[in-house]
Amino acid sequence: MTTLELKALYKNYGPVRALDGVDLQVQPGSRTAIVGPSGSGKTSLLRIIAGFEVPDAGRVVLGGQVLANGAEAVPAHRRGIGYVPQDGALFPQLSVADNVGFGLARDDPQRAQRIAELMDMVSLDAAMLQRRPHELSGGQQQRVALARALALRPRLMLLDEPFSALDTGLRAATRKAVAQLLQSAGITTILVTHDQAEALSFADQVAVMRQGRLAQVGSPADLYLRPVDATTADFLGEAVVLPATLEPAWATCALGRVATHGAHPRGAGQIMLRPEQLQLTPLPAGTAQTALAHGGYGTVLEVDFCGPVSELTVRLLGATGLPPLLVRSSALQTPAVGDAVQISVLGAAHVFPPDASGA
Amino acid sequence: MTAAALRLPATVVHVAPRRPWSWVGIAAVLVALVALLPLGFILWVGVQSGWETVSALVFRPRVGELLVNTALLVLLTVPICVALAVALAWLTERSDLPGARWWAWLAAAPLAVPAFVHSYAWISLVPQLHGLSGGVLVSVLAYFPFLYLPVAAALRRLDPAMEDAAASLGLGPWQVFLRVVLPQLRLAIWGGGLLVGLHLLAEYGLFVMIRFDTFTTAIVDQFQSTFNGPAANMLAGVLVLSCFLLLGAEAGTRGDERYARVGSGSARQAPRSRLGRYALWCLALPVITALLSLGVPLLTLGRWLVAGGVAVWQAAEMAQALWQTLGLALGGAVLTTVVAVPMAWLSIRAPSRLQRVLEGCHYLAGALPGIVVALALVTITVRVALPLYQTVFTVLLAYSLMFLPRALVSLRAGIAQAPVELEQAARSLGRTPAQALWRVTLRLAAPAAASGAAMVFLGITNELTATLLLAPNGTQTLATAFWAHSSEIDYAGAAPYALTMVLLSLPLTWLLYLESRRIAGR
Repeated sequence: MTTLELKALYKNYGPVRALDGVDLQVQPGSRTAIVGPSGSGKTSLLRIIAGFEVPDAGRVVLGGQVLANGAEAVPAHRRGIGYVPQDGALFPQLSVADNVGFGLARDDPQRAQRIAELMDMVSLDAAMLQRRPHELSGGQQQRVALARALALRPRLMLLDEPFSALDTGLRAATRKAVAQLLQSAGITTILVTHDQAEALSFADQVAVMRQGRLAQVGSPADLYLRPVDATTADFLGEAVVLPATLEPAWATCALGRVATHGAHPRGAGQIMLRPEQLQLTPLPAGTAQTALAHGGYGTVLEVDFCGPVSELTVRLLGATGLPPLLVRSSALQTPAVGDAVQISVLGAAHVFPPDASGA
Repeated sequence: MTAAALRLPATVVHVAPRRPWSWVGIAAVLVALVALLPLGFILWVGVQSGWETVSALVFRPRVGELLVNTALLVLLTVPICVALAVALAWLTERSDLPGARWWAWLAAAPLAVPAFVHSYAWISLVPQLHGLSGGVLVSVLAYFPFLYLPVAAALRRLDPAMEDAAASLGLGPWQVFLRVVLPQLRLAIWGGGLLVGLHLLAEYGLFVMIRFDTFTTAIVDQFQSTFNGPAANMLAGVLVLSCFLLLGAEAGTRGDERYARVGSGSARQAPRSRLGRYALWCLALPVITALLSLGVPLLTLGRWLVAGGVAVWQAAEMAQALWQTLGLALGGAVLTTVVAVPMAWLSIRAPSRLQRVLEGCHYLAGALPGIVVALALVTITVRVALPLYQTVFTVLLAYSLMFLPRALVSLRAGIAQAPVELEQAARSLGRTPAQALWRVTLRLAAPAAASGAAMVFLGITNELTATLLLAPNGTQTLATAFWAHSSEIDYAGAAPYALTMVLLSLPLTWLLYLESRRIAGR
């Protein structure tokens, strides 16, 4: 089977280090998302896998075949790797049919049939075959680009932010359709994106990239709930990070005693909660302030109504020097500004490994 | 303050219905009518002479000979220019050729040398050079930058993601170039090829020196021997038909493909191909091109200047020629830019079918050879308005007709950059339409207008044919003085004028080069 292995890849552009020792394994038939802020090196990584660029050092191995070993590299056109660039990069002078059939031999008797099959695969109507790329919508252009890349039955499919030019609704639908299509065709896929929600929903395996390195690789749920450090936690979504005193399975922090995940050392450390893990219960007016001082209580500073949920900022009582907490609460029962609330925690907190606390 | 002064004027002021044509439209129609004069003249002569005379003058061996010459010239020169320009553009824009930026500039620089100075340089270096082969050689060297500049700009603008996509579909580098890159250059190649073709039809000095007969040289010969004979006019008619044939061929084969990048956002910068061990071989092409197109003129000029010594620098004569050239070029540039304003404004602000027809008329005279424009104006002034014959007014009018497209193209681009909302804001603040146009749009379009005017200036500085026919007696521009000296085989005496023209043209060629890079977004 075609496992993709990247080993110790390095790439510099002049003084800029784009890749700083990247190792990654991609299982056959799986979908991997590489996510990172712009300039993190994710596009360079994709272009090296595709063969458009050559690494300074390191190996790219696909299904046992060495594609790149330092500067010795198989050129892109002999790799059999499909590539869907941002915006599709359709050939503007060719019809949709000629775009889809671009990689097929022009005298192939099966050509027309194969093009029709591919159009069907990406759920495009055969009536579009004679149109020009600029007569298609953004979503249709992406589908044509995908059909064009699928024509040669690639061993590996690379998607370079293919959904970022689409508007929100279309984006989610196209993403889902593409994920299903690639899964049923059993094609190993790598998606590069800067959108963490897209990465989490698309992939079986997510790799977070930062300054040319992979900060963390794992399943989407693993990365979201158990990030390796505060920076990764923040990148994947809003996070509440609190100092705490740790003991086995428990942490004591400004929210009181909170259950924790997995094994971790004792003593001082940092825990992370997602805002949706915090739940607010209004307290009856006139509850004595002194009774609230030992943790888990706060006052509402701001309420931001966002439709389905409200985002609240809550100041913790008895915890000086901590920034206010961000809490998401159902819009149906939102406390008002100034209300005293009790804060309880759903599920367990995640403890950052001590050596990797990026905060 | 009295109550009357406070009364709102709302009941008094009537908002006029929007009339985008008004005086601007009238001005544009007038300019278009004047621009139709040369073509109208040819048609009028044809009708006046009657079919008998026309067929007797047109269907004769001499015309056939000229037709074959002209066709061979165009069919050989344009493809060679295309091949040279595409190869140079690829090397300077898309490969790691050492010193690529320098070679890019050197590939545009031959434009600073007027075509007839190119052929003067070659003829004094290789006196036996003549005929078709000589004409093709010198034409390629003089005109290939007209193709190089747009092709290089198009190459810079290409989205490299398309090439990546083609490579991922299994196409090797050569196939990618032939199937993806080359088709994308089509518009640039066709447009540049048309420009070279029209120059070949219009050029006079180059082919006289190299002793190669084309329609333009034959018309001037006829004119000089019989003045205003029907023979010259009929040859001009055939020449105009050749121009239309070229324009039609370009329009018919250009196709209506779309070449703009599909999608939003901007393209990434294309990586440069590594030439590796072929770098030295590849370097030979720009080196040889630069030697032939710049080295030869500079070497010959230098040689004649050394041979001529101090004696050839006739200070008084030269100062006068320089002064008159600058005066004519400046006057022509200003006039051309001013008459281009109404059409440029209309084509951006009030596009319509009528406007497109009018704009077509504006471009028409520019596509015709200078000799046709000059011939028409000679005849018209002699027959209808004799006091205007061989006056500064007539020669400036000829320049304006010939170079109107240069001014119009730049002005259009400039006005397109000044959004109509600004003009509307000025109108809402109490400015009349004319004031709004002057104070807002034209101020914003000024840089583009200036670059258009500079292009007209460059054209007039090196213009020979129309100046020879139309300039007032005693007028000597740099080009005509150069021509007078070199016609008398006083090559050393001609050299200072050639040098001055080159030096005057250099900064404007540099501007043209920068412009072509700016359009491509770098």
